[in-house]
Amino acid sequence: MSAAGRRAPLLETAAAWLLALLWLSPLLYAFWAAFHPAEYATRFDLLAPLSVGNFAKAWTYAPFARHFVNTVMLVTMILSAQLVLCTLAGYAFARFDFAGRDIAFGFVLVQLLIMPEVLIVENYRIMSRLGLVDTILGIGLPYMASAFGIFLLRQTFKTVPRELEDAARVEGCSFLGVLWRVYVPLARPTYLAYGLVSVSYHWNNFLWPLIITNTVETRPLTVGLAIFGAPESGVDWGVISAGTIMAVAPLLVAFLLFQRQFMQSFMQAGIK
Amino acid sequence: MKHVYGWLLLTPAAILLVGFTHYPAAATLFDSLFSTGTVVRPSRFVGLDNYAALTDDPIFWQVLGNNFWFALGTIPTSIALALLMALWVNDRLPARALVRMAYFTPTVLPMIAVANIWLFFYTPQIGLLDQIGAFFTVPSRNWLGDPDTALACTMAMVIWKEAGFFMIFYLAALQSLPPELEEAAKLEGASRWYFFRRVTFPLLMPTTLFVMVNATINSFKLVDHLFILTKGGPDNASSLLLYYIYQVAFSFFDTAYASTLTVVLLVLLAGLAVAQFQLVEKRVHYR
Repeated sequence: MSAAGRRAPLLETAAAWLLALLWLSPLLYAFWAAFHPAEYATRFDLLAPLSVGNFAKAWTYAPFARHFVNTVMLVTMILSAQLVLCTLAGYAFARFDFAGRDIAFGFVLVQLLIMPEVLIVENYRIMSRLGLVDTILGIGLPYMASAFGIFLLRQTFKTVPRELEDAARVEGCSFLGVLWRVYVPLARPTYLAYGLVSVSYHWNNFLWPLIITNTVETRPLTVGLAIFGAPESGVDWGVISAGTIMAVAPLLVAFLLFQRQFMQSFMQAGIK
Repeated sequence: MKHVYGWLLLTPAAILLVGFTHYPAAATLFDSLFSTGTVVRPSRFVGLDNYAALTDDPIFWQVLGNNFWFALGTIPTSIALALLMALWVNDRLPARALVRMAYFTPTVLPMIAVANIWLFFYTPQIGLLDQIGAFFTVPSRNWLGDPDTALACTMAMVIWKEAGFFMIFYLAALQSLPPELEEAAKLEGASRWYFFRRVTFPLLMPTTLFVMVNATINSFKLVDHLFILTKGGPDNASSLLLYYIYQVAFSFFDTAYASTLTVVLLVLLAGLAVAQFQLVEKRVHYR
């Protein structure tokens, strides 16, 4: 995202700034409500006393620590499985001219369209048959063989010059050795981009985890947050905002630190 | 050997893909031809009865209609906003990185979290919207509890969430346009608006089409916000197809009918995929 383009006229600069402020305002409001006592939730007074009481309350009202652990476990498990499975499959599609390859690739791409959340009814039935309802493995399993990851790595592996592979072969590398020593290191930027998208997707994912979990021991942050924020639970705005901010904080901080990388990764994910 | 190695490498991923994508998709189609089994009445083959029930189900038509309005209400607006954002951020704006960050931030936040925040805006009386309204002496409304406004309220939030995501595609496209075009237009004395209308916008057309198809596919999968904001209500006024599938399967426990609804969703998605594919083909011909 280079410094191209012209200098914007003053009026447009003002409009762009106004829109930016408008776009940030829900988040800014959440911070306001979270860091002030309840009576200031709707009263905007610059002299309002700051307090972290809402965070303390949120932390005790809901088992946030447990949800955090679950989400981290879930995200780590999915990403590590995806990296292994997609690397192997991407390598097969990029460099092995096996029988039925193109048909198989077509079948893989089907998943780009039919994401697991569309098949909730049937996948729930499968999980209950496998005895994986209410397990973290059950949340992650449908996402582990990711068509998007396979596709992305196949494209990257295809750009690796054959000569490098041949040289490694001459040195006595096996075909898995070639993958590990030549292809994987060269695809590092792709892994980073894919990793960012996968982690943010699964950190934020809700529908499938909601369906497949029923206890605190397995529920990730999003599901915990939905139960916590439900109007029936009768928690006040400041506390809900505090809980919301806690749940998004790790991802938000990561985004603020690695903005450019995030945007580029999301774009790659979109274009496919 | 290459056949063996190729398939060996593919096998782990293939097992999971078949197990959780292809098999359930086929099973959905199969189950839609059977009745939902109960303890006293086991599931039996009913042919197309579920599909007949579907055409008679007013809620099905309502949620399908909602999906249509939802797509129509969110996609053009968020695309227009995305284009505007990209044009601004592409200019040499003071604190450009900050503005770009502001536009993109909603994209990285979970829908559940932002719905929690937006829920407060829409709350009657104490909510932000009503407070602003009160300032202008507009009477208070139950924004999410009124069938006339519930769907529109969810759409406003989704536009806010999606515009920044679409922006990055326009930004990439804008940065790949040759700068000579703009210089030439300047020499010719073309106004900014004329240049945008006659040069930039047509050149961005492939991006617009691409974003449009993706946004349409997405609009069928976006349901998380309903769990927080409206629960699909009031009277299914804001419900969407996937949310209805969830309700039928996991609240009403009518899995056969839920499978039938899923088949409709799969057919819709497949149709969109064909459209997307043809678009890609077309784009190749442009070159």
